[in-house]
Amino acid sequence: MKLDQIVRQLGVRVRTTEDKVKEVEVKGGYASDLLSDVIGNAKEGYLWVTLQTHANILAVAKLKDIAAILLVNSRKPDADTLEKAEKEGIVLLESDLSTFELVGRLYEMGIR
Amino acid sequence: METLFSQQFLVEGGDFRNAGNASTQIKTILKQIGIPGEVIRRVAIAAYEAEMNMVMYAKRGVMTLRIEPMKVEISVEDEGPGIEDIELAMQEGYSTASPEIREMGFGAGMGLPNIKKNSDEFSIASTVGKGTQLSIRIRNRVVQSE
Repeated sequence: MKLDQIVRQLGVRVRTTEDKVKEVEVKGGYASDLLSDVIGNAKEGYLWVTLQTHANILAVAKLKDIAAILLVNSRKPDADTLEKAEKEGIVLLESDLSTFELVGRLYEMGIR
Repeated sequence: METLFSQQFLVEGGDFRNAGNASTQIKTILKQIGIPGEVIRRVAIAAYEAEMNMVMYAKRGVMTLRIEPMKVEISVEDEGPGIEDIELAMQEGYSTASPEIREMGFGAGMGLPNIKKNSDEFSIASTVGKGTQLSIRIRNRVVQSE
């Protein structure tokens, strides 16, 4: 599924690299706030749902070729996270919903 | 075995700003050389965990990437507190990380087990008060023609 379909359907805000949203293909999803868990278990092209907002999430996303990072509970990315994500071409998304609710909706949409 | 490529990366303890840079560079190099994706994925996980361990615990360290036709090797040597009980440190879930580090999502006690899981050969040695050394070898599944 294309990322822009998810963005529209969930009504999430795109914070960085907006031009990539139309092209990026989401192949699955992973929800975790432990970086080692994500590094070990997420796969290429996955949408990563997390509450972590510091810049270290970007290295994890880059190493795993994550499709996009989705921040939960209205959490705002740190200023250096925004700047670095834009520079490195990583899509950061923001939602007011909780991890539980987001993952439930994504699963219903067919992201597994 | 002939070394095709070798590079050293310096890692500063406590430098969370640049954390992940060395492993990201390693991934880029492996991609450019044309190492198979599955090998790159395993190396990236092991390199990232080793790098983060140095950022979290050590004063400083060096990570050396060596690419040979049959394997990719990462050796890590740090100056730091060392590990008192290696067997315990290798257990998934065991961690000595501070609450601040855990809040950032690090220190889950998965680092060393993740490294071992993704290595074909793995060895660890440590001296308390001096530092820790890791040797990580991952087989390169495609034999190069030269």
